[in-house]
Amino acid sequence: MTPLLSVRDIRKTYGSHVGCTDVAFDLYPGEVMGIVGESGSGKTTLLNCLAGQLTPDQGQVVFGTREAGPRDTLQMSEPERRMLRRTDWAFVHQHARDGLRMNVSAGGNVGERLMAVGARHYGDIRDSAADWLGRVEISEARIDDRPTTFSGGMQQRLQIARNLVTNPRLVFMDEPTGGLDVSVQARLLDLLRGLVRDMGLSAIIVTHDLAVVRLLADRLMVMKDGHVIETGLTDQVLDDPQEPYTQLLVSSVLQV
Amino acid sequence: MITVENLSKSFTLHNQGSAVIDVMRGANLSVAAGECVALTGQSGAGKSTLMRMIYGNYFASSGSIRIGDLDLVGAEPRQILALRRDTLGYVSQFLRVVPRVATLEVVAEPLLAVGQDREAARARAEELLRRLNIPQTLWSLSPTTFSGGEQQRVNIARGFAYDYPAMLLDEPTASLDPVNREVVLSLIKEAKARGAAIIGIFHDAEARSEVCDREIDLSGFGVGAAA
Repeated sequence: MTPLLSVRDIRKTYGSHVGCTDVAFDLYPGEVMGIVGESGSGKTTLLNCLAGQLTPDQGQVVFGTREAGPRDTLQMSEPERRMLRRTDWAFVHQHARDGLRMNVSAGGNVGERLMAVGARHYGDIRDSAADWLGRVEISEARIDDRPTTFSGGMQQRLQIARNLVTNPRLVFMDEPTGGLDVSVQARLLDLLRGLVRDMGLSAIIVTHDLAVVRLLADRLMVMKDGHVIETGLTDQVLDDPQEPYTQLLVSSVLQV
Repeated sequence: MITVENLSKSFTLHNQGSAVIDVMRGANLSVAAGECVALTGQSGAGKSTLMRMIYGNYFASSGSIRIGDLDLVGAEPRQILALRRDTLGYVSQFLRVVPRVATLEVVAEPLLAVGQDREAARARAEELLRRLNIPQTLWSLSPTTFSGGEQQRVNIARGFAYDYPAMLLDEPTASLDPVNREVVLSLIKEAKARGAAIIGIFHDAEARSEVCDREIDLSGFGVGAAA
């Protein structure tokens, strides 16, 4: 099996400060990888470099495209990369308002991504939008309302619907459950897990919440000061951590 | 089916003065298809540790653990994931699930993971829940709110839903009433009859002698507690 995403030697610095460095891994179809670490460990910098939101100083991000096989996305032209971001890739932001158009209706938010890939039939677009609102458990009656009238949890689910409507193969998520209360988090986790399984998605999830990765991620990468210090199966890393920092991280979690 | 050779394990506690705790040294065992082997030894002998190493949950310090064609020591995460999906089942002592997911879905999940269709998976899940006396009114609810015994039975139903060629059972009959205990013992016997290789920890001596073909005393491989 060939990897869906093959990352080699990624490095990003901000002046003399190292954002992340020496990052390399392969992600296979259907795999969900979590990236954990404290604030400032470089996990969001890395995610942004992988997803084409930031340009790394060096390295390769090779993605298995549908048409042309493995391509280094960092060498693609901007229009090619934009197309990838609209079709095979999705990016779920921590703050839904960064990933949504707040002054456009819920249906419009979902439909816009379809239109960006060429859908033109209004009825079809509206039907897909309604279908996706249903899948993320937003009532169809709210299709014409703006996200500004939605709760935080609903906005987050709308953002997920907007991202997944084009059937992407790789989803980048930055703290997808951050800032949501626990009952909403559970609902979102359940939703994400079902979508990952049913659609065969691969995903990279950045979070500082170890409970979230335990439930969602197959594999884990632990970062500290811009370096990847430990990788492995999620339960292996959480139950038998090898590195001093990982042991500290795992033992610092409050038991409930 | 399962072969463990010269397996050792130590924990290094970096945040407690880098204490190194040796828990196992030179463990050997092998389990054939259709055989059920019990791990014995007092608390701290390393029964659960060995079980977790065989599941790939704990790292082995040295040695080899072969299940089918795969050596877990040094295997890639995705190889271990594939092994857990297709070959190796594990009934732990505690149920760990995503909140809000219905019991029926929890039990059917291992079948969906190997690509069985939804109808067949649900039918199998229903059959097991019925056998394990989980009232039908609970099937659509999340097991997170169930009693300890009910959660344990849901966990067992989930573990036995798919016919894994190799299985690990950690105290499968603990906290069960006599009726359900019998059901679990018959599930184990059926799994043996279809050729599953099973490793179990049973504190219940009667259950152990009823389903197990052999016992392996881990005290001999222990380092601390047994010395």
